[in-house]
Amino acid sequence: MALIRAFETRAAECFTRSELAGNIHLYMGQEASGVGACLALKDTDYITSTHRGHGHCLAKGASVDRSMAELFGKETGYCRGRGGSMHIVDVNLGILGANGIVGAGIPLAAGSALASKIKGDGAVTVAFFGDGASNQGTFHETLNMAATWKLPIVFLLENNCYGVSTEIHRITNTDRLAIRAKAYGIPGVTVDGTDVEAVFHTVAGAVERARSGDGPSLVETMVYRYQGHYCGDPAAYRPKEYLIEGKSRDPVDKARTRLLELGVKETEIGSIDRSVAEEIESAYQFAKSSPDPDPAAVIDNVYSSDNERSVLR
Amino acid sequence: MKLTVSKAIGQALHEEMERDENVILLGEDVGVMGNVFAITKGFRDEFGSDRVIDTPISESGFTGIAVGAAMRGLRPVVEWMYDDFITVCLDPVMNQAAKLRYMTGGQVKIPVVFRAPMGAGRRNAGQHSQCLEALFTHIPGLKVVCPSTAADAKGLLKAAIRDDDPVVFLEHKLLYARKEEIPDGEYLIPLGKADIKRPGKDVTILTWSRQVFFALEAAETLAAEGIDAEVVDLRTLVPLDWETVRASVCKTHNVIVAEEGVKRGGVGAELSAQITEELFDDLDSPVGRVAGLNVVSPFSPVLEDAEFPHSADIVSCVKKTLGR
Repeated sequence: MALIRAFETRAAECFTRSELAGNIHLYMGQEASGVGACLALKDTDYITSTHRGHGHCLAKGASVDRSMAELFGKETGYCRGRGGSMHIVDVNLGILGANGIVGAGIPLAAGSALASKIKGDGAVTVAFFGDGASNQGTFHETLNMAATWKLPIVFLLENNCYGVSTEIHRITNTDRLAIRAKAYGIPGVTVDGTDVEAVFHTVAGAVERARSGDGPSLVETMVYRYQGHYCGDPAAYRPKEYLIEGKSRDPVDKARTRLLELGVKETEIGSIDRSVAEEIESAYQFAKSSPDPDPAAVIDNVYSSDNERSVLR
Repeated sequence: MKLTVSKAIGQALHEEMERDENVILLGEDVGVMGNVFAITKGFRDEFGSDRVIDTPISESGFTGIAVGAAMRGLRPVVEWMYDDFITVCLDPVMNQAAKLRYMTGGQVKIPVVFRAPMGAGRRNAGQHSQCLEALFTHIPGLKVVCPSTAADAKGLLKAAIRDDDPVVFLEHKLLYARKEEIPDGEYLIPLGKADIKRPGKDVTILTWSRQVFFALEAAETLAAEGIDAEVVDLRTLVPLDWETVRASVCKTHNVIVAEEGVKRGGVGAELSAQITEELFDDLDSPVGRVAGLNVVSPFSPVLEDAEFPHSADIVSCVKKTLGR
């Protein structure tokens, strides 16, 4: 969690200094959700993520260097600079991709789960998405199919209450979104997404259920999105109480307090902070000093075969 | 062996499913019913419900599921009941399947085939009659195949299933019942290879799908008037077999494009532009275009027949092009 927070803090600084092109969407405030969920997964399990995906990918084990390099659009980045912040993918780590289209990762995740069911490989796929995506057709269509076919998947709905500027209760008629699971005959539960242990235990149960062939679950984690929709969005559409409440329940602070309660020494936490700081600085240097992609390679990899002919005409 | 186009397509699917257990079928009514055109009849009993999957009417969801499964190494063949239904599931095709290889820096392959019947002539009106190949050719990352004959449909579909890229495979529904000779034994037809269905020396007719047969009919009419037309069945629109196009145009020096889809922004417009840009000095006349009118496919048989091109339209376009 500390690593994700530090990664994004640095990314935001770089963005503000115009070192990054395009745009970034920050996961700050939601770290316990992605980390708690990914802790419940094996290395051989899969995730799909969202436009706000840095946290999910790092929690699933993505390299800090290659992630940072991708934000910088460099050839050493995960997608060789072709994807950017919204599209980090590492198939070898089971990261099937962040995604720029809200709700698009949900059926992709179910496809991964279908592949697991057909191959019998025992893997579980977690689809991360937000409250905004829960109003897309893909959410409802995929929950229905995954439930009917008992696919090994967990639908992880991170409810930060805002789709860009629109507060969720202005556009939906239920207090909680997890209740939608009922419509598809699967378990639906809402959990405090600022509490990494609570998320872990809830998702672990859902993963176990999926792995044993009993089908999907919908887990709604209640989280706070510290930043606006994108880095630099002043979020004037939100009441200031939202952020005050969120910061009073900061997931990273809560995890620290809990670790101290469990007997971890301050010095040990301090050493984690120091190693995180070093890792981030080193990733920043790696990204800055990495080469840009070769402009001549702009046509590469549109197709797996017959690429040049298929691109040129 | 003589087979209908629909049976040839069924045979391609069957052979590929037998050959590779990663090939699965998904779509509405493909399983228990065996597809509305009976193409996959009996498949579910033979290959099981895990591999022949009846989906709900959720095109966006099941198309996305197929793309996700392809990322994980399966080779899904998705069936849309009509190509017109692309309107409700374009995101998994256009933003996901087509883009993921590029956007991941080449990390993933998306070996998925999207099959769909297309075309006018069955009096199904505007939401069940379109030829939308031009829409798909506009999207980088997709390959686009539009077979005409039974033999081509079989060989091209087998190649499409083995291809590691997303392939949109459009079958004209008015061709399903055509019975034609197909080669014995297993064969593949590589994507991106046109076929000269009728050699000729005076004019080239570039075409694909059902218009191939109108073009062949037109060529016979023209032959009676002393005009020798070459009918080039492109078969695959992406990748395009430019070498065959170029060789034919350089031989005949006159060319028209015949397509069923609407004229504005059509594949013919693109072909015309490329030929004009690159082969201008070889042309004796401007590139002619025969295409559907820029209207909605009407229900009334009288109106529908007026909307899309027939052999007479090709004949008159050729004559105009040749100044005859």
